[in-house]
Amino acid sequence: MLARTALAAITRSPAAFLRSSWPWRSLAYLLCSAVHAVAACMVIYAAYAYGAGLATFAALLAVAVLTPPAAAFERWRLRLVDRAPAGDPHLKPPRPGPRAWLATRLREQVTWRELGFTVVAVSVLWLMDIGLVSSALWLPLLLMSAPFQPGMRPLDGLPLFAVGLLMFPLFAYLAAAWAGTRALLTRAVLAPGDAEIIRSRARLVDAFEAERRRIERDLHDGAQQRLVSLSMKLGLARLDLPPGSPAEAQLAEAHEEAKRALAELRELIRGVHPQVLTDRGLGAAVREVAGRSPVPVDVDVALPGRLPPSIEATAYYVVSEAMANIAKHSRARRGFVYGRLQDGALVVEIGDDGVGGADPAGGSGLAGLADRVAVTDGEMTLSSPPGGPTTLRVEIPCPVSE
Amino acid sequence: MSRLRIALAEDGVLLREGLAGLLERFGHEVVASVGDGAALVAAVAEHEPGIVVVDVRMPPGFTDEGLRAALALRAAYPGLAVLVLSQYVEQTYAAELLDSGGGTGIGYLLKDRIGDVREFVAAVERVAEGHTVVDPEVVRQLLNSRRRPLARLTPREREVLGLVAEGRSNAAIARALVVTEAAVAKHIAGILTKLDLPPAADDHRRVLAVLAYLRGRPGGPEAERPHRR
Repeated sequence: MLARTALAAITRSPAAFLRSSWPWRSLAYLLCSAVHAVAACMVIYAAYAYGAGLATFAALLAVAVLTPPAAAFERWRLRLVDRAPAGDPHLKPPRPGPRAWLATRLREQVTWRELGFTVVAVSVLWLMDIGLVSSALWLPLLLMSAPFQPGMRPLDGLPLFAVGLLMFPLFAYLAAAWAGTRALLTRAVLAPGDAEIIRSRARLVDAFEAERRRIERDLHDGAQQRLVSLSMKLGLARLDLPPGSPAEAQLAEAHEEAKRALAELRELIRGVHPQVLTDRGLGAAVREVAGRSPVPVDVDVALPGRLPPSIEATAYYVVSEAMANIAKHSRARRGFVYGRLQDGALVVEIGDDGVGGADPAGGSGLAGLADRVAVTDGEMTLSSPPGGPTTLRVEIPCPVSE
Repeated sequence: MSRLRIALAEDGVLLREGLAGLLERFGHEVVASVGDGAALVAAVAEHEPGIVVVDVRMPPGFTDEGLRAALALRAAYPGLAVLVLSQYVEQTYAAELLDSGGGTGIGYLLKDRIGDVREFVAAVERVAEGHTVVDPEVVRQLLNSRRRPLARLTPREREVLGLVAEGRSNAAIARALVVTEAAVAKHIAGILTKLDLPPAADDHRRVLAVLAYLRGRPGGPEAERPHRR
């Protein structure tokens, strides 16, 4: 489930790949070419009915008019085999109105690339797509039906049956490989640059994380130490003054103020980057958050060791945010956190038995979390029907040797 | 309180000097004052102090070197009293300390508590005597852990339980709540009954039993070995 593209999924273990949704996604992706197939058949029929000249003219006109929606359709179907978003590369016309729109589009290089891609898709690509899908489905079935064919003894047909059975996984790989390659081509021509943006966002998040750790270190070594020292000096000074004297009262107030500042600074630093996450990893840090939660939380996190810092940090922020939401909105009586490393991915689930109805669009910080998770190539899913229960699930690909 | 021989490990010079001055002012002797875990281990071997006061985070890695040094010292010198200071309270660290050497002669306090100089020095002395002292913040989180029988306690009993868990004596609890020691003893007997804990004559065993209970370890620290990854 967690590779970013169908091509990346192929490189995983056969068991993981075949059990994943990638073969089916690849087939669905290729099956979308049925639209092109219908268009191509219409052109061929027109050539027979009205003559090649007229048919060619009509086809060129149709391609010209239909290129923008066809390209949008290609970018849309990319999501079946490539989790990275494929944005619309077109510029926004400077003025409203069809003339400005047409002028902008005609001057854009990407428009002409779209035109070329549409021609290739309608003339060649669909043949390969549909051909592969139909052989992937029919060839194994045909071979497997051998023992039941008239004129063939069931025992003679058995080897053919076995071959047919073996062809399913073979075609799963073939379909994913072709779908992935076709998607690469599509992305290169129709949505260049998006993948690079994702990589640079990941670098940015890593840099932020390093920066947070540095800020935490600086506060700990600087301000926090000075405040502890100040509080101690004030405490000592109080010993030298007669209790109850006006000066002692003033000093006591200053002392309380220093202690409050220290407590506030401590909470602030914990929010910036919790020490226990650096020292003891995700499991301990999650138990720590759960220990502070006003709603009872059962923690079941078992990880084989330390994970890469950016993954630990992302998972930690997801858990803290989710716990904060449970405390603030859910009216839950109990919550849980589950964490495991499964099939090369960190899986974290946070749930509660509260009122449900959590909405990522409601500004509860969930949208921000989803963005953060997406940068690590991970995926976040939320199930929160009105009336509950709420479960937030995060999967982050995690390169840890097992 | 007799004069204690104290080894101090804290990497911030400002705070280390301040702490040494504070402890000496209350009549104790700081036999070693060092800036990292390795130096502390060496200092303990050389001076054989009565108690070690150590900061969790120290060089070279600035993670939990101080805590690791404390645990190593506890293993090497059974009965060595250790007071660990930390900028944050972490249940994980508290658990690791309480699991070392049966939980006696151990203290875990927020650095903030140094400001209350009298109480801080009293905590150092109690730990040196072999008592267990746990930061109120840790206890607050433990009490938050909503183990069911806790709900049967009255608010006053919860308050008393918290103070017991921090490692305070009956007299200290009585002072803090402005009641008589007899009243405190009555509260404690009620709490132990409600939580199905055996009555313990000795303050110290009682603290350990209560802490073990709050941490969800029915057998107490001796009954179960610490989990190690």
